[in-house]
Amino acid sequence: MDLQILLLLGQDGITNGAIYALLALALVLVFAVTRVIFIPQGEFVAYGALTLAALQAGKVPGTIWLLVALGATIAVLDGFRLLREKRYAKLPPLLIFNVGLPLLAAAGLFALPAGDLPLWLQVTITMLVVVPLGPMIYRLAFQPLASAPVLVLLIVSVAVHVAMIGLGLLFFGAEGSRTPPFTEISFELAGAPLQGQTVLVVVASAALIIGLYFFFERTIYGKALRATAMNRTGARLMGIPPALAGKLCLTLAAAIGVFSGILIAPITTIYYDSGFLIGLKGFVGAIIGGLASYPVAALGAILVGLLESFSSFYASAFKEVIVFTLIIPVLLWRSLTSRHVEEEEE
Amino acid sequence: MSKHPHLHDHEVILEVKNLRVAYGKVEALHDVDLTIRRGEIVTVIGPNGAGKTTLLASLMGLLPATGEIVYMGHAQGREREVETLVRQGMTLVPEKRELFAEMSVEDNLLLGAFDRYRSGHRDQMETMDEVFELFPRLEERRAQLAGTLSGGERQMLAMGRALMAKPKLLMLDEPSLGLAPLIIKEIFRIIAELKQTGVAILLVEQNARAALQIADYGYVLETGEVSLSGPSAELAADPRVIEAYLGLGHKTR
Ligand SMILES: Nc1ncnc2c1ncn2[C@@H]1O[C@H](COP(=O)(O)OP(=O)(O)O)[C@@H](O)[C@H]1O
Ligand SMILES: [Mg+2]
Repeated sequence: MDLQILLLLGQDGITNGAIYALLALALVLVFAVTRVIFIPQGEFVAYGALTLAALQAGKVPGTIWLLVALGATIAVLDGFRLLREKRYAKLPPLLIFNVGLPLLAAAGLFALPAGDLPLWLQVTITMLVVVPLGPMIYRLAFQPLASAPVLVLLIVSVAVHVAMIGLGLLFFGAEGSRTPPFTEISFELAGAPLQGQTVLVVVASAALIIGLYFFFERTIYGKALRATAMNRTGARLMGIPPALAGKLCLTLAAAIGVFSGILIAPITTIYYDSGFLIGLKGFVGAIIGGLASYPVAALGAILVGLLESFSSFYASAFKEVIVFTLIIPVLLWRSLTSRHVEEEEE
Repeated sequence: MSKHPHLHDHEVILEVKNLRVAYGKVEALHDVDLTIRRGEIVTVIGPNGAGKTTLLASLMGLLPATGEIVYMGHAQGREREVETLVRQGMTLVPEKRELFAEMSVEDNLLLGAFDRYRSGHRDQMETMDEVFELFPRLEERRAQLAGTLSGGERQMLAMGRALMAKPKLLMLDEPSLGLAPLIIKEIFRIIAELKQTGVAILLVEQNARAALQIADYGYVLETGEVSLSGPSAELAADPRVIEAYLGLGHKTR
């Protein structure tokens, strides 16, 4: 192998690794705060990419209907509870956020020529349509089970994943989509071409990771999320509601997923079910970090990206096998060296 | 209703009648009555397993309870949520402290004011200075991780963090637990000092001697029931209390 191929493969690996790193961070975050192993993380990648592709094709993305439906369900559930408890003052915001805004968004999508809008606006619309699905799913699927054992939460998580894949097929059809690159610029690095899009992915991922770091280290809401992850009872006693932490956390996870989807949409063709494999590779990274350490998870995910890219060159048929086999030595090493992550006592 | 009148007639912060709490089918508290007024230290003493922690946990909304609970003049419904009570100025320093071990002292304190921040207050830096005045040791260690503090410092941090919420009712679960005598003395001096700020303090203790010294009023809890109650000075002089909690065999640790 010559240097040129090495550089190309490395480039590929790091690009994918950066995306896996983002997803690994989201998985660690969600697990630490809510104890949910968030299998549908990858679906947000696919939903993000395909929603953007639908907008660019001038279609109304099906995800908007999911937004409207979930919003309406929440409005009904919480609305009845508020009425029963006579907390009328909270009704207007509930209805505005869960019914008003989704309907407004739907109307906007029908009225606007989404295909002709500038790219940044299409990206913004995609985020606005798909990201709220995160906290809504938390409210409907996980919040009622907040104190359930990890296994129950995992089963619900798998159910959400299956439902989202099915809906994905309904919304976007079986064909894959690839969006045009954000930038056509191309550089040359030691004789190997370096795509502007690749640089963009790495830079944007790094920026997002730095942004998350500041959120968790410098803002009181970020600290509240970390506090919930460290000590649930302690956090409740400070008036940090687990439901707020859960919703905030899934908002971040969904945003990370959608953002990743938008970033890789121009690089790979995304199908309605592509998210799962992508999310699973982030999950391998997260496992390398023991579902606990952010830096190790991110490094693990980049390792996964590189391994995938090099194995696709040497043994492309076994690419996925090699990546997922990585999990076995990692788990062995983890179970031999680290303490057992115990089920939290309540 | 307690038989004894309280020492003064400040506004009642918390009034509890016929409180019952059960773990499954086993009842841990039977018909407990309790009253706390503003600026008053009320202590609940009793042996291990009497139900003191259960009492505080149920008052804080961590455990379901039946009976009448009137807090700040409002009768409490069945569904009491910790978060709502925190918003209304109730705070608990739990027996296990429940600090955020991998965060700095400063961040732990800041999170004590989370709910105030969320409801629009931006005075946490001033409140933190007040806490540092009370616990200068915390200021020296503001950047240190909470998990690396000594037992006494942890208790100070847990109390300081609770004070960051500017509570109306501060509930302390065995603040002397596992601490050296000198530190206990300092902690109790600070609790007595807090009284001046007008906060109502519900102090749960096994260290009856220290607790009765600073409290205005006391209850003796035994196997889930209030067996005695009265002004602390009277309780401290009661032969039954002396026999069971203050006698020679019961030195203050
Ligand atoms: N989580 C629990 N489940 C079942 N029983 C409990 C639980 N916590 C406490 N108890 C029981 O309730 C009683 C009172 O306990 P506790 O309130 O911790 O007493 P104290 O704080 O006075 O030492 C004890 O008999 C204890 O065994
Ligand atoms: Mg106790």
